[in-house]
Amino acid sequence: MLAATQQAPRFCSLSDAIRHPFDFVRMSFTPSRRRLLKVALAPAATVLPLRFVPSAAAASVAHPGQFAYLTPVEFTWVEAAVARLIPNDELGPGAKEAGVATFIDRQLSGPYGRAETWYMQGPWREGTKEQGYQLKLTPAQLYRTAIADVDDWCSRNGKRPFAELAASEQDQLLHRLEKGDPELARAPAKDFFEMLLQNTVEGFLADPMYGGNQDFIGWKLIGFPGPRYNYVAEIAQYGKRYAMAPVGILGRDGRRVKEA
Amino acid sequence: MASRLPSVDVVLVGFGWTASILAQELTDAGLQVLALERGGFRDTVPDFATTQIQDELRYAVRNELFEEPERETLTFRNSADQVALPMRHLGSFKPAAGAGGAGVHWNGQNWRFLPTDFLQRSHIEQRYGKGIIPADMTIQDWGVTYDDLEPFYDKFEYLCGISGEAGNLGGQIQPKGNPFEGPRKRGFPLPPLKRSYGTVLFDKAAREVGYHPFPCPAANTSQPYRNPYGVQMGECTYCGYCEWFGCGNYSKSSPQTTVFPVLFTKDNFQFRPHCSVTRVLLDSTGKRATGVVYVDAQGREFEQPADLVILTAFAQHNVHLLLLSKIGKPYDPRSGEGVVGRNYAYQITSSVDVFLNELVNPFMGAGALGQAIDNFNGDNFDHGPEKFIGGGYIALWTTGGRPILQHHLPKDAPTWGSGWKKSMADNYLRSVSIATHGSVMSYRDAYLDLDPTYRDVYGNPLLRLTFDFHDNEHRMSKFLTDKAAEIAKAMKPRDMHVKQREGHYTIVPYQTTHNTGGAVMGADPRTSVVNRYLQSWDVPNLFVVGACAFPQNAGYNPTGTVGALAYWAADAIRSQYLKKPGPLVST
Repeated sequence: MLAATQQAPRFCSLSDAIRHPFDFVRMSFTPSRRRLLKVALAPAATVLPLRFVPSAAAASVAHPGQFAYLTPVEFTWVEAAVARLIPNDELGPGAKEAGVATFIDRQLSGPYGRAETWYMQGPWREGTKEQGYQLKLTPAQLYRTAIADVDDWCSRNGKRPFAELAASEQDQLLHRLEKGDPELARAPAKDFFEMLLQNTVEGFLADPMYGGNQDFIGWKLIGFPGPRYNYVAEIAQYGKRYAMAPVGILGRDGRRVKEA
Repeated sequence: MASRLPSVDVVLVGFGWTASILAQELTDAGLQVLALERGGFRDTVPDFATTQIQDELRYAVRNELFEEPERETLTFRNSADQVALPMRHLGSFKPAAGAGGAGVHWNGQNWRFLPTDFLQRSHIEQRYGKGIIPADMTIQDWGVTYDDLEPFYDKFEYLCGISGEAGNLGGQIQPKGNPFEGPRKRGFPLPPLKRSYGTVLFDKAAREVGYHPFPCPAANTSQPYRNPYGVQMGECTYCGYCEWFGCGNYSKSSPQTTVFPVLFTKDNFQFRPHCSVTRVLLDSTGKRATGVVYVDAQGREFEQPADLVILTAFAQHNVHLLLLSKIGKPYDPRSGEGVVGRNYAYQITSSVDVFLNELVNPFMGAGALGQAIDNFNGDNFDHGPEKFIGGGYIALWTTGGRPILQHHLPKDAPTWGSGWKKSMADNYLRSVSIATHGSVMSYRDAYLDLDPTYRDVYGNPLLRLTFDFHDNEHRMSKFLTDKAAEIAKAMKPRDMHVKQREGHYTIVPYQTTHNTGGAVMGADPRTSVVNRYLQSWDVPNLFVVGACAFPQNAGYNPTGTVGALAYWAADAIRSQYLKKPGPLVST
């Protein structure tokens, strides 16, 4: 279908397209027009459950090639995980809604994912915890390996894949990964969890131009007004709330995403 | 085979603070000076422009302004019975690459060391007796005194336009400043920065419990400033993006904002980026440096002859280069003999996060906007009843409130899930952190040498770091942390999170880029690499400048002292060495 080869337009958040597969096909290239379409089309997705289940999994299958690094299955996995690490709850939207899976996908496809600035020469051996990261895997490779390992562990233990588990079961498994248990086949669970959590927090709180923190969801939650250049007038107004709405490096539009 | 280039009078290896000062001073003396830098050129515009620099992910998390371990790193172990493994990505400390060095990305926390810090062994022995110093502690006097360095501290402070409040003017204690500081001939060039709410609350609490808080000296300009070279800086805007960032507002002192505009107009100065120096070359006697070898961005090797070679790279890189060039006797921890790599030291930090009812707007700040007490630094208090030596300052800094790395959460806060989210929402705008910044003494088993296994991108052995915290430092840090907690309690917080530094030193979480030693200065060639003028004992036309010269580490940020030492060495070269090239101190 058309969407399979459609390139993401300049100011489009990829996660947006995934949440709303229809408007991605038909959207205009201007953000405001896209938003109008989104509002109009979002309910339509819910009336066509047979062909388009409005879940990330379905969207992923419908749009291969939209991801910078992750496969559709991996993207769904990451999106499910970040939705538990920073959930959508009574305080407002969480990491999934903020586009954190897209953030992680983009980070993994770039210099960070490739460990481009890291010292990656052997010999490789296990060190003490004081000696830090000693895995031969780059972050991108660690995600790929660990995600497959976790789903493999699920299947060997008679469970559905991680992304299809109930939220409470996902939480349980994440807690176990955090403690380094279960033992995964190829990737240390603890190292992976640590990286996943770190990247999730990064995506939730980094500038929206990297694909996460869309609409400044993370910054609004905590009260950070974004990068501003001058607080000379305000710094000595002790105890007073700073009332300005957040801005990002690309301006007031919290959905402007930098080209990869 | 390296291509041989035309000779210069002076070659500087590494182009940060010390090199910028030496280049400025030595070109003023009429010398042809060439600075070689492994990184690229960087300047306020376009590299630190405010339209791009305030990007926490890119600079603070992904480390864009720092050295890349892929090219050059070190291996690390806690003790000699372990196998050292490479630091694969940056963690505990973050040296820079590129013009301006770490002078680009520092906070601007600019201190003088105490007069007694320079007499570390003799003063302690005199006051407490020899018994207080453990047998394996290899502390020593600097060979230079506070009084020697005072005019050069002053020069660096006026170069930078330091904002602060004098505490000791020619022996007269000033009520608003640090009463423990050494006597200064004149006050700071600029008044202190505006106070943030956090620093006001700390000040009040510290006074209540009987201490002497004062505004920390800041290389963030509280007002417009023109330095003695005629370079203009602007007023700091408290944007909260100093540490890990370049300043886009000409308000943080850096080589770019204080020296480059003058230096780069000089015909007798040359800067060559992307040149990684791999050796200092010696003549057949081994007592004279003939120049350096470097590799350029294309991998071509060049020989750069020079009459005077000055190592001005980051502390451990100077040591690495000495070891690779086989200059000076490498330190042997078994015999305790040898000097190159000896007396590596670090600092020990801890913090107390304070959760308040008041709204403190942490995102408004500046890198050196802080209020501190110095009651427990150096030998400002009686160590007799304590079972340690050394100390540190306790400060509440409001450097900024960048959300990824500068949020504080109570001890019992969940690490993820709805609980984490709620804790972030409840605490981000209402928390501050009190830091302790403690000295680390030098020890027989803390040193730098060449790694037997791992190599850098040029095929050279990596530097190997063997280091751990000792009981003296843990006891001292616990003492400081308890004092910090006492002040925190007086702030009447909702909650506190005491983060005591415990256990082994680890290369993983960021602590401080205040690595010192390995090419220490001193009065005795058997225990120092360079003499009191930072001149190599073995090769008199080689100077080694930087924190590698510290015989042990003090309880302050090192840049003020590094800047003073650069001016001190430049003065010795200009006033003594050029008149009569050769050893400035006879052996």
